[in-house]
Amino acid sequence: MAENVIGASDEVDLSRRKFLTAATSATGAVGVVFAAIPFVASWKPSERAMALGAPTEFDLSKVEAGQMTIITWRKQPIYVVRRTPDMVSRLEGHDNMLKDPKSDESDQPPYAKNTQRSRKADILVLIGTCTHLGCLPKQRFEKDTPEMGATWPGGWLCPCHGSRFDLAGRVFDGSPASVNLRVPPYSFPSDQKLVVGVDEKGTA
Amino acid sequence: MATPRDYPMRAPGDPLPDPTPVPRKGFLGWLNKRLPVDEFIQNQLTGYYAPKNFNVWYFFGSLALVVLVLQLVTGIFLTMFYKPGEATAFDSVEYIMREVDWGWLIRYMHSTGASAFFIVVYLHMFRAFLYGSYKAPRELLWLIGMLVYLALMAEAFMGYVLPWGNMSFWGAQVIVNIFGTIPGIGPGLVEWIRGDFGIADATLNRFFALHVAAVPLILLALVGLHLVALRRTGSNNPDGIEIKEKVGPNGKPLDGIPFHPYYTVKDIVGVGLFLVIMAIIVFYTPTLGGLFLESANFEPASRVSTPPDITPVWYFTPFYAILRAIPDQRLGALTMLLAIVAFFFLPWLDRSPVKSMRYKGWMSRTALAVFVISFVGLGWLGMRPPEGIYAVIGRVFVVLYFLFWILMPFYTRMERVKPVPERVVYHAH
Repeated sequence: MAENVIGASDEVDLSRRKFLTAATSATGAVGVVFAAIPFVASWKPSERAMALGAPTEFDLSKVEAGQMTIITWRKQPIYVVRRTPDMVSRLEGHDNMLKDPKSDESDQPPYAKNTQRSRKADILVLIGTCTHLGCLPKQRFEKDTPEMGATWPGGWLCPCHGSRFDLAGRVFDGSPASVNLRVPPYSFPSDQKLVVGVDEKGTA
Repeated sequence: MATPRDYPMRAPGDPLPDPTPVPRKGFLGWLNKRLPVDEFIQNQLTGYYAPKNFNVWYFFGSLALVVLVLQLVTGIFLTMFYKPGEATAFDSVEYIMREVDWGWLIRYMHSTGASAFFIVVYLHMFRAFLYGSYKAPRELLWLIGMLVYLALMAEAFMGYVLPWGNMSFWGAQVIVNIFGTIPGIGPGLVEWIRGDFGIADATLNRFFALHVAAVPLILLALVGLHLVALRRTGSNNPDGIEIKEKVGPNGKPLDGIPFHPYYTVKDIVGVGLFLVIMAIIVFYTPTLGGLFLESANFEPASRVSTPPDITPVWYFTPFYAILRAIPDQRLGALTMLLAIVAFFFLPWLDRSPVKSMRYKGWMSRTALAVFVISFVGLGWLGMRPPEGIYAVIGRVFVVLYFLFWILMPFYTRMERVKPVPERVVYHAH
């Protein structure tokens, strides 16, 4: 009689069909998420990049008092400054002009969370990329220069967007950067040797 | 004698004949039985009616397609000589410039084409502002167009990184770090994008893949969608009148004319003029005084020296100026994002009963003028150091820029509009 009907019943169970469609789609979606994992993960720093991010050693005798040297660690410029006692004294007295004078919001190891932002008063180690958008702040160590104004205690000026930092890398009010320059983990295996990327906690 | 393909002399106002394809014989007949060539030409060109009152502002859509093809062709050839990689990228670009036969021409066509793409797209967008081409029923057409614009920005940014000059490097550093301002996931996200602890070989390599394969595919798909959506609604016109509402006895709009031959011929004139200007720039001033190619990019990338001033290429400077005008990194990035996102809401911010600036009131006209001045002004400021008077003017322009968007629902509703005519305004020439 019914020529085209294969099954016994003409009736379609629509709710069953709807459930099966939803269940199949959901399973497929989960599958897509799992399939995406290798592709997304492939963008993470590779094993080689991690290995090349090993600690960097630096001979401190290469930097004289009042001078700055740039070394690299993990493809980032690291500023190493040997501050004179005068430069250290110029860190006082302008806390009210700073965004984060106590470095509460900023990124540094616990031993650098002090006024000098360093382990030793004279040696300052900073990651030399502006916390705003990553340019290299330029050194403006002289105080009271015509360019920087009469109250300038010395520090850095970012050429890109005008962020200003003091001689401990603390950011001044009115800068687009919100936090102080970052301090990498570092230690002194001997008096004249600096290692960036290693401290008591181990290798970063 | 007269086949339906010939257009007989007709009095003004007579409906145009419908160019139905003639059944073909021979090879074309064989072909058309298997591939709808004639049908496609009929549907998309000879039988597709566009308003008859287009003016110069209607050159830029087809020009954008021409530039897209130019970029694809020159880009494919550059890919044959360019070597992605920290150690090889800069040198391979110099190799193209100095040692590949005509390599300099292909590269300058590509670099000038990038700027030309943005000029054409900005003028195309301004046309939409002028005649309300984003308003119903063309909201989706506008949104797809905005996605094309976003894809174009991504494409241009990554393309600029590839020569691995110092501006490439530091531009990438600044732009990628913008993602670092996202609370919580920011720093991890930046590391994931770079694939290293800084902008590095891995970053350059993946930007190359995105620039030559992934984003162009997305661009092509979006441009295709843009055209499909355009075919559904039909083009707007300088009067902002829906020509489909007044159709002749043949069912075609009375104020429409077939796209081919009328607008293909018109567009060819635009293409000719465009190519003349392109050639002048490519041959005589490919850097355009640092606007199209920045001098800092003729130095190889260096991790330990920032160019004296980091400025993006001109087409990004309005947004860059907005980013710099805000003295807080997170707020600055957010404001810049909003400045771009605002465009997506345009169809719903404009509450005017009319589409075209011709019939809007003085408030809309003033607002658009202020917007254009602030956008161009920000673009100019984005190329100057963010100090002193520039910083002050920058903030004023940012405020004006956003006032244009925020106040739009109010001034477009409040103002008195002129009556819109029944038929498009058209003077035969």
